[in-house]
Amino acid sequence: MSAKANILAKLKKSLEGTTPIVDDYDVSLVTQPWSYAPEQRIARLRQLMEAVHTEIHLTTDAGWPALLEQLLHDRQLPSLLIAPTTPYGQRFTAHCAGREGLPTLKAYDRPVEDWKDELFNDTPASLTGTLGAIASTGSLIMWPTREEPRLMSLVPPVHFAILKASEIHDNFYEIQQKFQWAAGMPTNALLVSGPSKTADIEQVLAYGAHGPKDLILLILEDA
Amino acid sequence: MNAEQRIPAIELDFKGRAHNALGDDQLRRNFRTAMDSLMTKRAASFSDADERERLRELGNHIRARALSKLPELLERLEGNLTRNGVNVHWAETVEEANNIVLEIAQAHNARQVIKGKSMVSEEMEMNHFLEGHGIESLESDMGEYIVQLDHEKPSHIIMPAIHKNAGQVASLFHDKLGVEYTKDVDQLIQIGRRTLRKKFFEADIGVSGVNFAVAETGTLLLVENEGNGRMSTGVPPVHIAVTGIEKVVENLRDVVPLLSLLTRSALGQPITTYVNMISGPRKADELDGPQEVHLILLDNGRSQAFADSELRQTLNCIRCGACMNHCPVYTRVGGHTYGEVYPGPIGKIITPHMVGLHKVPDHPSASSLCGACGEVCPVKIPIPSLLRRLREENVKAPDDPHKVMRGQGSKYSKKERLMWAGWRLLNTSPMLYRAFGFFATRLRGLTPSNIGPWTQNHSAPKPAARSLHELAREHLEGKR
Repeated sequence: MSAKANILAKLKKSLEGTTPIVDDYDVSLVTQPWSYAPEQRIARLRQLMEAVHTEIHLTTDAGWPALLEQLLHDRQLPSLLIAPTTPYGQRFTAHCAGREGLPTLKAYDRPVEDWKDELFNDTPASLTGTLGAIASTGSLIMWPTREEPRLMSLVPPVHFAILKASEIHDNFYEIQQKFQWAAGMPTNALLVSGPSKTADIEQVLAYGAHGPKDLILLILEDA
Repeated sequence: MNAEQRIPAIELDFKGRAHNALGDDQLRRNFRTAMDSLMTKRAASFSDADERERLRELGNHIRARALSKLPELLERLEGNLTRNGVNVHWAETVEEANNIVLEIAQAHNARQVIKGKSMVSEEMEMNHFLEGHGIESLESDMGEYIVQLDHEKPSHIIMPAIHKNAGQVASLFHDKLGVEYTKDVDQLIQIGRRTLRKKFFEADIGVSGVNFAVAETGTLLLVENEGNGRMSTGVPPVHIAVTGIEKVVENLRDVVPLLSLLTRSALGQPITTYVNMISGPRKADELDGPQEVHLILLDNGRSQAFADSELRQTLNCIRCGACMNHCPVYTRVGGHTYGEVYPGPIGKIITPHMVGLHKVPDHPSASSLCGACGEVCPVKIPIPSLLRRLREENVKAPDDPHKVMRGQGSKYSKKERLMWAGWRLLNTSPMLYRAFGFFATRLRGLTPSNIGPWTQNHSAPKPAARSLHELAREHLEGKR
């Protein structure tokens, strides 16, 4: 018999004569304590994400490209990785077009194997969108796609993310329901709640363990 | 120091190791400080006791429900993962699991494996196994990396290097990596980051554990703060996840309360930095992610615990480590004293199923039964009751027809059985009891002043000149 058959046979034998426990999932327990008035959501998200060293800027749909340009300049970042076919990627490309002295824009437009070395060793920053955020835990929802691959939010040491204020939701349960995650999950879905961190040495918190050292969130208040 | 030099410490039994640990001031300080801080953080993150208790109840029901239909959920999980393009493997023993990993590695001519944190891979001793086959297997969680570098085992399931302080890590990095000595934690982490980034880049295979496997969607959910889990599962061309067969939950929504319970109980965090949900390998048009994803479902004694409806509750565990953080024994003797992969209260109830009770005969009794572990467990495993149950299994007679677990009865002693039989007889026969009382009080001068372990810390018990029974009887007679 195969390992699978053996394991399942043992488990089934142990359950002989029993009935499965009924599902008494209490939705109110995971929603009620974690519900917020719309005007509280940004504040809650901000409080939690800033507590774990996320840099947050409130801006507007019209104003974010200029703000991003300023932030790149302040940090003296020589280049920025963008997703060339997403709306944000296109907006920032247009913003930079024909102007000098701006950081080089790199497009993630080919399989990672073709430029892994450059991604790891010569890509100091990236820009991605988000699918929304969760106020209760202070988390961004990332749903990487072909256009915006998963390593964009992981490998570059500085990660700029854009969030529409109208897409901040209350809690994880609400997100699962709203987007009907149970009906179909992507290859990889992520909740990101700050820059990479560790407390593995003496419980002293240190940022920039393996992922981004800096997570910079631009919240579009009017979007 | 090399690996061999540490073996003598491993050969001591629990009591010997506990004795050494108790005499190590540095170790005790390291644990005390860390456990105090973890307990405070957990308490702060569950500030509403009513919410906490209701959530624990829900967590318990979700886990119990999953176990009550475990075979069905495992098959559903396999079906959905397979549909998503994930290869699912089953292993009854750690040897089988290791061989599956090796076959995958050999099929890809892999030379380097990078690992995210996985306690199941510790059960398998995967690093050691792969290195025996000429494949480098490197830990990438900072704590795991530190203990691997020092040829040690994790001393805590969440904080593997909690037994070391920054000075000890500084010396280790200086000696092993040839970097300048620094006790600055930020700098130490940056040294680890630089070293391991290169390894993520080079690795042929990434290995990870799984926190929750969702049957409904065929999703493997991993939580972490460092990003090494995402690196291990997202950068190398092949990802192998290893997990115990009990880690499956029925529905995606089930992970909402479990995730909250897990991160708050473990670290007092509302959530970890990354919650990574993996449902398949890279799709044809995607630009990154592994080309192949494998899941290995490991039994390793879990089906034995599952067979007994009381011991089955052991498998509710979501590996938060809160029980060890709150355990007065663990805090004093540290994780290595347990000598096995899982230390502390959860280790004491799960390890006997993995290695046999005879290999860890002191585990069930290394507890004051204070109850703290059961009180904080986010999925309400009655750990103290299970420890008492294992104590019973530990002294079962060899001819007992009720076989519950491997190695049961390893502490059975005929002499002890006889003594208890005598004690029972004495206490159930009034004649004998009175005679005993009479002689014990009259001959009290003869009681020994040294009675083994008891008199190490207590004065020797001496019977009174008259028993309470005798005095009461006299009193009542006098009244009359």
